[in-house]
Amino acid sequence: MVVTTDMTIYTVAELKPQLLAAINGSDEPRIELSQVAEIDSAGVQLLYLARREAAVAGRKLRISGCTPTVQEILTLVGFPLDEEAAA
Amino acid sequence: MNLDLALDTYVAESRELLEQMEEALLAFAKGDCDADRVNAVFRAAHTIKGSAGLFGLDAIVEFTHGVESVLDRVRDGLVIMDPVLANLLLECSDCMRQLVDAAGAGDTGAVVEEAPALRQRLSVYLGEARETSCAGARAQPPARVAGSAGDWHISLRFGRDVLRNGMDPVSFLRYLATVGDIVSIATLADALPSVEEMDPESCYLGFEIQLCTAADKQTIEDVFEFVRDDCQIRILPPSSKAADYVDLITALPEADTRLGEILVSSGALTQAELEAALASQSDCDQLADVPGAQEATATNRRLGEILVSQEVVREPVVQAALDKQKQGREAKGQEARFIRLDAEKLDRLINQVGELVIAGAGIGLAAKRVGATEMLEAASTLESLVESVRDSALQLRMVPIGATFNRFQRVVHDVAQELGKDIGLVINGAETELDKTMVDRIGDPLMHLVRNAMDHGIEQTDVRIAAGKSAKGMLSLNAFHESGSIVIEVSDDGGGLRRDRILAKAVERGLVAPDADLPDREVFDLIFEPGFSTAAKVSNLSGRGVGMDVVKRSVGDLRGTVEVDSVEGRGTTIRIRLPLTLAIIDGFLVAVGKSVFVVPLDIVEECLELTPEARAETSGRDFLNLRGQALPFIELNQLFDIAGPRSPRENILVVRSAGRRVGLVVDQLIGEAQTVIKPLGAWFQTVKGIGGSTIMSDGRVALILDVPGLLEHVHRPASRREVLKSAA
Repeated sequence: MVVTTDMTIYTVAELKPQLLAAINGSDEPRIELSQVAEIDSAGVQLLYLARREAAVAGRKLRISGCTPTVQEILTLVGFPLDEEAAA
Repeated sequence: MNLDLALDTYVAESRELLEQMEEALLAFAKGDCDADRVNAVFRAAHTIKGSAGLFGLDAIVEFTHGVESVLDRVRDGLVIMDPVLANLLLECSDCMRQLVDAAGAGDTGAVVEEAPALRQRLSVYLGEARETSCAGARAQPPARVAGSAGDWHISLRFGRDVLRNGMDPVSFLRYLATVGDIVSIATLADALPSVEEMDPESCYLGFEIQLCTAADKQTIEDVFEFVRDDCQIRILPPSSKAADYVDLITALPEADTRLGEILVSSGALTQAELEAALASQSDCDQLADVPGAQEATATNRRLGEILVSQEVVREPVVQAALDKQKQGREAKGQEARFIRLDAEKLDRLINQVGELVIAGAGIGLAAKRVGATEMLEAASTLESLVESVRDSALQLRMVPIGATFNRFQRVVHDVAQELGKDIGLVINGAETELDKTMVDRIGDPLMHLVRNAMDHGIEQTDVRIAAGKSAKGMLSLNAFHESGSIVIEVSDDGGGLRRDRILAKAVERGLVAPDADLPDREVFDLIFEPGFSTAAKVSNLSGRGVGMDVVKRSVGDLRGTVEVDSVEGRGTTIRIRLPLTLAIIDGFLVAVGKSVFVVPLDIVEECLELTPEARAETSGRDFLNLRGQALPFIELNQLFDIAGPRSPRENILVVRSAGRRVGLVVDQLIGEAQTVIKPLGAWFQTVKGIGGSTIMSDGRVALILDVPGLLEHVHRPASRREVLKSAA
C-alpha cells in the first residue's frame, strides 16, 4: 500500500486499520513511504506494530521509498530497513 | 525572546528558590533533617546554577557549584547535615542572593566579599579531588565526572500519554545527539499490546541508548527535563560494573535475556561479562535470603538498589501523574498553573474596575430617576456582576502573608544567635490573605518590631530563669481577619513595657505634663514618638530611638493603625491593623451641609437620630448617653467649619475604630455605596482626618473620612481644631 499522508500523531488513528488491512491482504506486504514527508514517534510505533503483525502471520514486511527525512528518523531509532527502503 | 525579561524572571524565580532553600536550611539548623528537604535544597541550588549558566552569570555558577557539590554529598550520605553545615549553607544562600540581586541590577561582574571565605569553608566538606575540579570548572557547567568522554548507557521507557501531551520521543533522541555521539539505539516495541488493544495515539516505546559523551549525568538528565514526569529514565555512567547492568536488566519490564542481548550488541557488555554477572546475580538472590548476607554484597549492589527502589518509588508517581492528566487537563507541566504577571497590569485592571463600579452606580441612579422597570432590573443585574468582577479583580492581588512571616524564621534564628539568647518563633494564621502591596510594604515595619522584641522585649536567659520563666523566649507572629481589616500581631513573652520609665522619659522630654494621669494605652503610645527610646543601652540592632515612629508612619501610610498591649513582666503585643485593600471600600455616605463624606462601612456600628432631648441632655459636653454608656461624639460641621443652617433632624453615626467607639454628628444619612478611593493630591497629603476622595455617580466629589486619624486628633483636644479646620 502507498501511504499518502504524513505518519504522525494526527494521522495514525486513521492509518492503523489501513496498514493492518494491507498486511493481512497480501502474502508480500509492502508499505510505500515515498509520499510521507514527516514521521514522528507515533508513526514509527505504527511501523513497528505492522512489522510485528506481519511476522506473526509469517510474512516479511517490506518498506520502500523512504524520503531522506523519514529514512533519517528510522535509522536513528534503529528500525530494520532493506536496501530497497530508500527512494 | 527578550533577554531582559527572561533575566527578570530568572531573578524572581531564584529569589523564590532561595527562600525555599532558606526555609529548609532553617529546619536543618534545628536538627530537623529529612531526605525530601535535602533533595529540595539540592534542586533549588541546581536550578539556580543551571539557569545562571544560560545567562552567562559565571559568578553565580561558580559559587553555587560549590554549594551544590556539598549538597550532593549530603544526598549521597557522604556528609552529614548538621546545624553547623546548615548555618554555613545559610550564609552561602545569602551570598547567592547578593549575586542574584546584583545580576538583576545588571551587574554581572559583582564580587561578594564573603564568597572566597565561604568557598574555603565549603571545601572542607568536599573531597580533595573535587576541590581541584571545582577550581578548574569556571565558566562552563562543571562536569561532575572529570573531563574525558565515556560510554553512558541510558534506558528510557516513555509513559502512555507522552504523545498526547504533544511530546515526541524521537525529538528527544535527536536532542540527545547534540549532547554526545549516539553509539547505538535499540528501540523496544515489546510493550506494544495486541492489535485490538493498541491505541496508535498512546506511546508504547522504550529505548536503550549507548551515548558517548564527556557531559555529566545532570546534563543528560536535563535533555529529558520536559518528559521527566512521563518517563522512566535510568542512566548508567561509563564503566559501571557488570552487576549494575544486571540490576538494570532485572529492573526493566522486558525479559532479561532480551535486554541482555541488546546490551551485548550495543557493546555495553561482553557476552562473557553478561553470563558471569547473571550467574552471580542468581547467587546473590539466594544469599539474600540468608540474614546478614545482604551487607556483604551491599557495595556491589548500591546502584542497582537505587534503581530498584526507584522503580518502586517511581511507579505510583508516574501513575498518579497519568491519572491526573487523564482528567482532561492539557498538561503542560506545572508552570502552566501559575502565571507571572506585571503588577502594573493588575493595577490598571483594578483601576478600570473601579471606574466601572462608578459608571455602574451612575446607570443605577439614572434608571431610578427615569423609573423604567426593565432598566432598573438590568441595572441591578449589571451592578451585581460588576461587584463580583470587582471582588475577583481584588482577589487577584491577595496573597497569603505566610511568605512574609516565614522570612522571620531566618531573622529570629540569626538575631537570637547574635544576641546570645534562645528564642523560638511561632507563626499563626500564615494563610491569612492581604493585598500584595501591603505584604510588600509591611515587611520593614515588621522587621523593626521583631528585632525590637528580641532585643528589648525578651530578657537574657539568666534574667528569665530568675523571673521563673522558661529559659527559651517565645516570639509569635499572628495574623487574622477582623471586621473588614487584617490584624497582624507581634508578641513576645519578655519583660513588657516599663510604664514608669516611659512616663519619666516623656516628662523629661516635655511630651507629658508631670502631673498628667494617663491611661496605659496612651502611655504605651508614647513609644511611637520620634526619637523616643527608653533602652538603657544602645545596641546595633535597636534602641537608638529610630524605628517605632517609622513603624507607625509606614503603617499609617497603609491606612492602618498600631496599638500596644503590655503587661510588665509578662510580655508585649504590638497589634497592627490594616485595611484589606487600598483600592475600593464599601462606604457609607453622609451629608453635612452641602458636603458629602464617606465613612468606611465596616466600621459603622449603628445610626441614631440625635433628638433635641438627647442634645439637651449633653448640656454642651461632647458626650451623650447611649443605652447607659458614655459615647463621645464629634460634630463634623464644627470640625470642618462647614457653615450653613443646621438640619432640623440631626443624626449620629456610631463608628468603632481600634477598639474605641465614637459618634459622628451629621445632617443627613444618605446610604451605602461602593467607593473607589482616589488618593489626595500631594498638597493635601498632610491633612489629617481625610483619607482620600471619591467621585460619586452623579459626578460630585466626596471626601473619605479617615476615622482612625480623626479619633487620634480628637483625643488631643489642643491640636484638633487647628489641624482639621485647614482640611475643610
